[in-house]
Amino acid sequence: MSEPILSLSDVVVAFDALRAVDGVSLTVPRGQRRAIIGPNGAGKTTLFNAIAGVLPPTAGKIAFDGHDITRLPPHRRARLGVSRTFQITNLFPRLSVRDNMVLALRGRSPRKFSLFGKSDVDGSEGSQIDTALEAVRIAGRADVMVNDLSYGEQRQLEIALSLVTSPRLLLLDEPAAGLSPSERSMVAEIIRSLGRDITVVLIEHDMDLALGLVDRVTCMFEGRVLVEEAPDEIRRNKKVQEVYLGRPRHA
Amino acid sequence: MSNAGSAPIKIAGLTGRSLVVVLLVLATTAALPLVLSNYQLELATEMLIFGVLAMSIDILSGFAGRTSLGHGAIFGVSGYVVVYASAQAGFSPAAAILLGVIAATAVAIIFALLAVRTSGVYFLLLTLALGMIVWGICLRWTQVTGGENGLRGDVRPAFLAGHRAFYWAVLAATTVVSYAMWRFVRSPFGLTLLGIRDSESRMKSLGYNVPLHLFIGFAVSGFFAGISGALYALFNNFVSPSTVALEQSVEGVLMMIAGGVGTLFGGFVGAAAIIALENVVSAYTERWQTVLGLTFIVIMIFAPDGIIGALRAILPRGGLARERYKD
Repeated sequence: MSEPILSLSDVVVAFDALRAVDGVSLTVPRGQRRAIIGPNGAGKTTLFNAIAGVLPPTAGKIAFDGHDITRLPPHRRARLGVSRTFQITNLFPRLSVRDNMVLALRGRSPRKFSLFGKSDVDGSEGSQIDTALEAVRIAGRADVMVNDLSYGEQRQLEIALSLVTSPRLLLLDEPAAGLSPSERSMVAEIIRSLGRDITVVLIEHDMDLALGLVDRVTCMFEGRVLVEEAPDEIRRNKKVQEVYLGRPRHA
Repeated sequence: MSNAGSAPIKIAGLTGRSLVVVLLVLATTAALPLVLSNYQLELATEMLIFGVLAMSIDILSGFAGRTSLGHGAIFGVSGYVVVYASAQAGFSPAAAILLGVIAATAVAIIFALLAVRTSGVYFLLLTLALGMIVWGICLRWTQVTGGENGLRGDVRPAFLAGHRAFYWAVLAATTVVSYAMWRFVRSPFGLTLLGIRDSESRMKSLGYNVPLHLFIGFAVSGFFAGISGALYALFNNFVSPSTVALEQSVEGVLMMIAGGVGTLFGGFVGAAAIIALENVVSAYTERWQTVLGLTFIVIMIFAPDGIIGALRAILPRGGLARERYKD
């Protein structure tokens, strides 16, 4: 359990002179739930994009499960078992929920190259899809067009798409963004019920939600790791309170 | 997806109502030579050929979300190669057609290599520019292409010389090709193109090599455009730089849009509408292109989803609407 599944060493992501992520090192052990918190502009999403492969790091190294993935494009990382959700809902709006799930499932199967074959879902695909949809509690909505789902349901589908491939590392980018309190607690419930074979790293602005879900918290500030502690210690940490609420001003 | 057991008759993946519709359309189109004049039959033949071109453009436009302005060139290259191979190089018609389709696919592959990493207006402009290069070559490489005079040659074998026989042959070829395209867009691969149309970034994060899928989609689309071009060479027995010009690409795109983007078979509807309009209007005025332009504006305002899209809206929950989202 203690062997890290994800480790970052001195990762820098720079946009010209702006170092959005400025020398971040962290290791996430297998099966852990880790939250990355920090005020706006702390570099959380940029760090996520570096882990998912959307933005290759300017410097530093990223290793996943023993592979050096620093320079790997996103689709190759996905094949290794890295799966992510998006802060801004990123689905296939003009397809049905089921077709969304089929696309998610076949990303790593050779069937995606069947040029003239039937696109029917086979038995094992069907049960994987049903399991993932049940896990996020939208099992009854499989035949609905994504455009016709409520926003909350779209956020649930967002998680289902990254779950159905049975990933080993799940990156959740503000899974509860824009949801009502009751929908938030449902998302929390969904995340809590995930198996421990999945390592979860999540970004969340809602401190109560994040701290109630995870084993360990990394707080970022201005592109760097400010502290890394257990949730209870984070709650009491003066530095964390300062970056969130602002430091008392001196004249 | 489909509920097994409740489908007693199933031919080529079609059941019940859609099977009846397809058979009716085929029977009607096959019977046309019995009632139409030779001139009208030629127009019908042309509609079928351009319908295939419009469908091939729709594979990229309606499914992968990439509108190509280079398909006229791909179509034309096939035509040039077919006429050259049979009239100048002495190949048999069958071999000439094969060479034409191979050449068109090769051109599509070159286009694809350059264009698949772009999208939106960049894709449009890049394919336009590539098409212009092909047009320039056809215009300037006079020893082979005949320059502005084009290439003339009797490509059609003797048994297809008659209007009726040729129409039936084109109808048969069109049916097979349309079926293949329909299977293609509904295949697991076709679904990946729809996914790319809706969200490239999500497709990448799901493990798809997006440029590779677009490359394959473009090559397949070019292959079908090449078949359409080869049929056109047989139909016209003549190719010139205007066969590969931008106007050809634009016309194909207009046909596709008029029929309905993403409807596939709308290609035939659009081709029929535009070719009919062209011929009816040009009987009355030299300015048929003005009329075409105006018609197009009217379609864009009142039926932005094309003729098929408008029909779907008028007939809610009818056969057309259901066909698309059946599964």
